[in-house]
Amino acid sequence: MPINHQVFLQVVYISIVFLFCSCGKSDNSLNLLLSSEKGEEFSGGIATSTDFSEKAFSKPFSTLSSDQRLQFELGDSFFTNAWVEAPASATVRDGLGPFFNANSCAACHVQDGRGKPPQFFLEKPISLLFRLSIPGETLTGAPKDDPNYGGQLNPFALDSLEGEADISITYETIIGQYDDGLTYELQKPIYTFLNFKYGQPSSDLMFSPRVAPANFGMGLLELIPESTILALQDIEDINGDGISGKANYVYDIISGTKKIGRFGWKANQPSILQQVSGAFLGDIGITSSVFTNENISEAQSSALVLPNGGTPELSQEALDAVVFYTQTLAVPKRRDWDKTNIIEGKKIFNEINCAACHNQKFVTSEFAEVLSLSKQTIYPYTDLLLHDMGNDLADNRPDFEANGKEWRTPPLWGIGLQKKVNDHTFFMHDGRARNLEEAILWHGGEAEASKKKFKSLSLADRQKIISFLESL
Amino acid sequence: MIKLFLSVASIGAFIFLIVSCGGATSKPTNTTSLKKTDVIRNYADLVLASYQDALSKASALKNAIDEFVANPTEATHLAAKNAWLEARIPYGQTEAFRFYEGPIDNPDTGPEGFLNSWPMDEGHIDYVIGNENGINIINNPSDYPIISQDVLEDVNENGGEKNISVGYHAIEFLLWGQDVSSTSAGARSYTDFVEGASGTNENQARRKQYLAICATALVEHLTYLVNEWSEGNSANYRTSFLALNENAALLKIITGIEVLSFGELASERMNVALVNHDQEDEHSCFSDNTNIDILMNAKGISNVILGKYADGDQITHGDTKLSLYELLKTINSTKAEILKEKVTNTLAVIALIQAPFDQEISQANPEGNARVKAGIDALQELNELITDTKIELGLE
Repeated sequence: MPINHQVFLQVVYISIVFLFCSCGKSDNSLNLLLSSEKGEEFSGGIATSTDFSEKAFSKPFSTLSSDQRLQFELGDSFFTNAWVEAPASATVRDGLGPFFNANSCAACHVQDGRGKPPQFFLEKPISLLFRLSIPGETLTGAPKDDPNYGGQLNPFALDSLEGEADISITYETIIGQYDDGLTYELQKPIYTFLNFKYGQPSSDLMFSPRVAPANFGMGLLELIPESTILALQDIEDINGDGISGKANYVYDIISGTKKIGRFGWKANQPSILQQVSGAFLGDIGITSSVFTNENISEAQSSALVLPNGGTPELSQEALDAVVFYTQTLAVPKRRDWDKTNIIEGKKIFNEINCAACHNQKFVTSEFAEVLSLSKQTIYPYTDLLLHDMGNDLADNRPDFEANGKEWRTPPLWGIGLQKKVNDHTFFMHDGRARNLEEAILWHGGEAEASKKKFKSLSLADRQKIISFLESL
Repeated sequence: MIKLFLSVASIGAFIFLIVSCGGATSKPTNTTSLKKTDVIRNYADLVLASYQDALSKASALKNAIDEFVANPTEATHLAAKNAWLEARIPYGQTEAFRFYEGPIDNPDTGPEGFLNSWPMDEGHIDYVIGNENGINIINNPSDYPIISQDVLEDVNENGGEKNISVGYHAIEFLLWGQDVSSTSAGARSYTDFVEGASGTNENQARRKQYLAICATALVEHLTYLVNEWSEGNSANYRTSFLALNENAALLKIITGIEVLSFGELASERMNVALVNHDQEDEHSCFSDNTNIDILMNAKGISNVILGKYADGDQITHGDTKLSLYELLKTINSTKAEILKEKVTNTLAVIALIQAPFDQEISQANPEGNARVKAGIDALQELNELITDTKIELGLE
């Protein structure tokens, strides 16, 4: 009895504190059950940005020192400016291609945001790329390249060559219905490669379409302790919620060992350094200290005689700067996080178990070089784990430990600002969802149960989830 | 609970008052009332004067280029190169009017990319050393049968980012050629434009055509900017700019110089070049005019802060009494003086950077490196003061 009494008093005390704290808030100060979590609006920790303009994904951590700001801007310069054909007078910026998807990082990661699929038939895709492989794996466990086209299709090439192939994308309409009787339409892309220019690809070619993701907040994701990620695994689904989750283990070129994968649609990159260097080579045709050889197959020997932009083409200073830039792009703060309908949306998001994979919160490891990355409480809404997402989303192409149905849970932070920054609302790995609602409806596999629950919600509750996502 | 709330509110209000009083002590004693709208209007006037001057010098450049292509000699070539150098002086100063989606870099209609695109994909325009068989517009009539402004302005979007092959730097490349020398600028001979037996390199007629079109396009785009900032047009940018909420307009004005001072000038144009120690990672790499580009950018910042523009004939436009500096003075005279001193000092520090810039950033030139670094540091400090000005003026 005395204990209970004490608890009661504490509750009263907490309630008083709560009211006291929230006296400035407008619409939910008396609703004890539905309160926002303290600090959850600061999605990216102390360096969370409050810029909500079209530059919302492009802001440096406000906490950087003068020298770090210069380093950030140096990285921005190499991220944003176009690479040109070698030889050019601007020797540090030449070496484009010979085959490529884009001529700069920013061409795909427009304003550091998300890319989109082609908008008209036979438009050459820029921010949607196609990974290629044939069955089997290399000694490092990586997917095996196609003999003629390598590991990635490059639709563009220097003027004296031809892009590797064209891609036809047509759409099949899928009609579905909510439990309340309202119907919806999804568009399923069908990809066909046309006009291969360097011979036929292997007859058992596999491919995986992937849209360029937003690139802010990556420094924080890189510092989520591995043990924390592994603790979220439930490979045998012991808790029986239908959701397993497993870490990808991928080849780390620098150390020559397998490491946990964190970045990319299949978590196939272990570090920002490798992610950035890989994209420079695969997407733009720029060699670096990490990837020293151009992507030219034997069938493309005509490209071998062309001048390159140096060995490597990307200086170490520039590579380091782009890595630093990617580490320190700030995450935008949430908007309206304390509004009742948003808090309710979050509650339903949790109730239908979206948060089982879109894990809300982490604390980053210690990191001396940039203190605002260190020991930060962040709200990315991802577990960085692989999940079976069902047949409809499957690319049927393995990538290290990820099988053909598995995808990494992408972070959700910032998605509400994508419309502002990128002027579109395409989502999912290949941009097939035209808005957040469709993105939810594409979920299958381990997320099938959550999707079914979403479909059983009232229109008002579905809208609350969308509003919550838009507040991220 | 209501009582508690009230007492919290009154404490809050009390603290707020104290803080406000603390802020008020630095108010100046002068009683002149400077209106924000006057400062904004004065800014629009100096923007217009700057673009008018840029247009006038670009027109002179076009005339010189027309004469050169009509009669290519060493003398007409030199005259065209000199006209280009003159034209860069006002244009560099107008870059202080970028970065707030005004007419120059509006995402849909802004001609910035057609004017000052960089880095130049010169191998796409004309022959370059080391890739004699590469495809370029001038030397591949079968791929590019027609050389027209439309063709030049949209040919090169291979891979997303527009890599436009027109503008000041395209003209610079055609006049000077590649700079392969460590001591001088590019040394293209006028004979590259002479048709017939005494000419050098092929396709001289197409080269002349390319150059003349670039000059025409330059005048056209600058005319557009002058029109957008001219008085008496109810549908142009100036009218909508002057109709903005005054704080929104001031925020644009300051954002322009804030971004130019640090992100663009100190970082992109100076520090990136310095860190790379790359001979040609500089804006005017063909003519070795980069030190002037940098100085003119800084001058543009100074113009905005001090509210005036001095054109090539040393005629001053704008009223310094209606400057940002004067506006800041009405709120915090100490900070206004610090800002004025810093921008003046920054210009002096940058003026010490020597030509050619490519040698100033060379690894073998620690003194030159130090001069460039001093300019970067000065700009960085200036940038912090500009950001602080935004706060002082209550814009953020």
